[in-house]
Amino acid sequence: MKIHVRGLSRTFVAAGRETPALLDVDLDVAEREFVCILGPSGCGKSTLLNIVAGFLRPSSGDVLVEGRPVTGPGADRGVVFQEYVLFPWLTVTGNVEFGLKLKGMPAGEQRAVVARYLELVGLAAHAEKYPVQLSGGMKQRVAIARALANNPEIILMDEPFGALDAQTREVLQDELGRIQRVEHKTVLFVTHSIREAVYLADRVIVMTSAPGRIKQVFTLKLPEVRDRFAPEFTQCESEITRVVKEEVAKVHE
Amino acid sequence: MAAVFLSSVPELMEWGLHGEPLPRRRALRWRFVALVAFFLLWSLAGAVVEWTRPFNPLFLPAPWVVLGALLELARKGQLWIHVGATLGRVAVGFTTGAVAAVALGLLAGQVRAVRNVLEPVVELLRPIPPLAMLPLFIVWVGIGEGSKVGFITYATFFPMFVTTVHGVAQIDDRLLRAAQSLGARPRQLFFRVILPAALPDVLTGLRLGVALSFFVIVISEFIGAEEGLGYLINDGRNFFLVPQMLGAAVLLGLLGYAGNGLVRGVERRVLRWQQPR
Amino acid sequence: MSRTRGLALLGVLVLWAVVSHGNRLLDVMPPALLPTPGEVGKVFVETVRDGTLLRHVATSLGRVAVGFGLAAVAALGLGLLAAMCVPVRLMVEPVIEFVRPIPPLAFLPMFLVWFGLGEASKVAFIGYTTFFPMFVASAAAVLRVDVGLLRAAASLGAGHLDLIRRVIVPAALPGIIVALRLGFALALFVIVGAEFMGADSGLGYLIMEGRTFFVPAQIVMGALVLGLLGSLVNALLLAAERRIFRWREAGATS
Repeated sequence: MKIHVRGLSRTFVAAGRETPALLDVDLDVAEREFVCILGPSGCGKSTLLNIVAGFLRPSSGDVLVEGRPVTGPGADRGVVFQEYVLFPWLTVTGNVEFGLKLKGMPAGEQRAVVARYLELVGLAAHAEKYPVQLSGGMKQRVAIARALANNPEIILMDEPFGALDAQTREVLQDELGRIQRVEHKTVLFVTHSIREAVYLADRVIVMTSAPGRIKQVFTLKLPEVRDRFAPEFTQCESEITRVVKEEVAKVHE
Repeated sequence: MAAVFLSSVPELMEWGLHGEPLPRRRALRWRFVALVAFFLLWSLAGAVVEWTRPFNPLFLPAPWVVLGALLELARKGQLWIHVGATLGRVAVGFTTGAVAAVALGLLAGQVRAVRNVLEPVVELLRPIPPLAMLPLFIVWVGIGEGSKVGFITYATFFPMFVTTVHGVAQIDDRLLRAAQSLGARPRQLFFRVILPAALPDVLTGLRLGVALSFFVIVISEFIGAEEGLGYLINDGRNFFLVPQMLGAAVLLGLLGYAGNGLVRGVERRVLRWQQPR
Repeated sequence: MSRTRGLALLGVLVLWAVVSHGNRLLDVMPPALLPTPGEVGKVFVETVRDGTLLRHVATSLGRVAVGFGLAAVAALGLGLLAAMCVPVRLMVEPVIEFVRPIPPLAFLPMFLVWFGLGEASKVAFIGYTTFFPMFVASAAAVLRVDVGLLRAAASLGAGHLDLIRRVIVPAALPGIIVALRLGFALALFVIVGAEFMGADSGLGYLIMEGRTFFVPAQIVMGALVLGLLGSLVNALLLAAERRIFRWREAGATS
């Protein structure tokens, strides 16, 4: 198992009050699997991702990646954030080669890798631009290229398309699907869009509202290249929507 | 090596550079400890100087010596005269400057013509440190209360004027339009929309003005004054009364802090709508 | 924008000339008290010609440069340390809050007592005055660094030292430069006051001389030169900032 989570719980303490965010979560992700974590706001899905990424420590439970416990962030788990988080003082190239520089890769190799991934996300023409000159969609593509170029074992994505408008969002979903068919990475993807989850995932894990637990797991039997209007697609969507709606209702009580 | 002293990576990951937010009581306790440590260190330094005498201990008086000097002055009744003189000048100078700055600022913020006339004058005079004009005031008005108060007014006018104009200028047009489409007449618009919307910036400007008043009063009390905390400090030079100088300086700091707190208090009451709780 | 400013300045000049010459005609105030632009210009030319103006300006700038330079190094170093080490910050913050409200000029006489009337007292005073605001501002600039940037770098393989070198420093740099710029402006602000007392050289001394020998035109000239100097330096620093931080260009705020 690439990612192995057992009995994970996380409680936040603020001003003397304890807020349980995650409760007893078990999760397994196999190599090359694309798993989506889906749930209403506040269900702890980002917290789960942050713990796997190594940004937060669990209150209890185990998180193992490739059999080794997670003690902090590392180059083996690449992250793509909702707010892009590009380094504003570096160009697109500078951002994408960041991890490679840290590894001490020889300059020639760096250039080749950067070129390859910029080509992959379609930004080769913008290599010398600064993030402040790019649109939201472009920035996110740089972020994806940056994460991929570092060749991590796993890619973690926290609502990466959440800050984009609906059209750009769909375009990037298509792109991500295309990239995944080329790269075949192990991906853990957090989202609150059911449509997005059904479009991209092999498995969809629906979480309950806070404190987050796993409500239901859906294994999608859909073709590799997905058609958003195919009947099987909409059927999966409906099934999952029904389950998610139960939880959303609880949040708004 | 660095990891022992600076925040560790897991801490940075979870909290960023700020570190874990401290519960209120612990934070207060740290502040208390820090201040106590500071005074202890100061006292220690003063005591060491007293014993070993590398230089005249008057040059580095311990905290209690400073306090003693102040209390002595208070006992003789002189302290209040000086504090009163300084406060009086600051109060009059600041108030005059504030009234002028806010009135003209509000006017300039709304009436283009006024702004076009005043702005070049302000832009010309602003880069000149007000201190450079002090001798001019003294030449004009002589060494007396007039020049000191006038100087404070001059010095505090510009920043308060600029912040007031900015306060009016930054008002979202849509607020004005919304009020107008609810039937507001010009006079109502001013009192019910423009004034409240500009108030945060105006009050910030006032706070700046208070700080600046204390900043500049010192130098004008160095030159040609017979009373005042600034006078106390400069006068202390003649007989190396460093404890007196330090004490007066600290008092000035306290007064400035109190003045700032006053405006902040006003802010809190008048700007209650800004606080989310 | 520049044209209207130019016109506005011209307008002020005209107003000044009108008021001062009008004063002479109508005999409202003693003519010496309201120098005309012409008189001020004359003093300017005189002091430039005999080299005194340049000498005094250089002296003042020299004091500012040294005092500011020393304070900047200390403020940056300690600011970085305080920002990255929580215990240091918790201990230093209350002390700074205690010292900050005290107007720096209140310490001027003490510096004169401690260091005498020579250069050392002026330099030390400038150093003291500019240290605290620069320290606070540069620590704040480091503390503002977004956690996200640290996380992003860590998940690309950055270790502790990498985080400091490749993320914290570049991210905080703009704020630190602003802190330095403000410190320098403060130094220029205070040097005049410091040179009023216990100095026999410098722009502040020149201005004070105008009062001692009752030549108000000299005061006005000195003040204008000071203002000009400050604007010039500020403009230069801003231009340098814009070049270094090209990546902040389009639409970014400061």
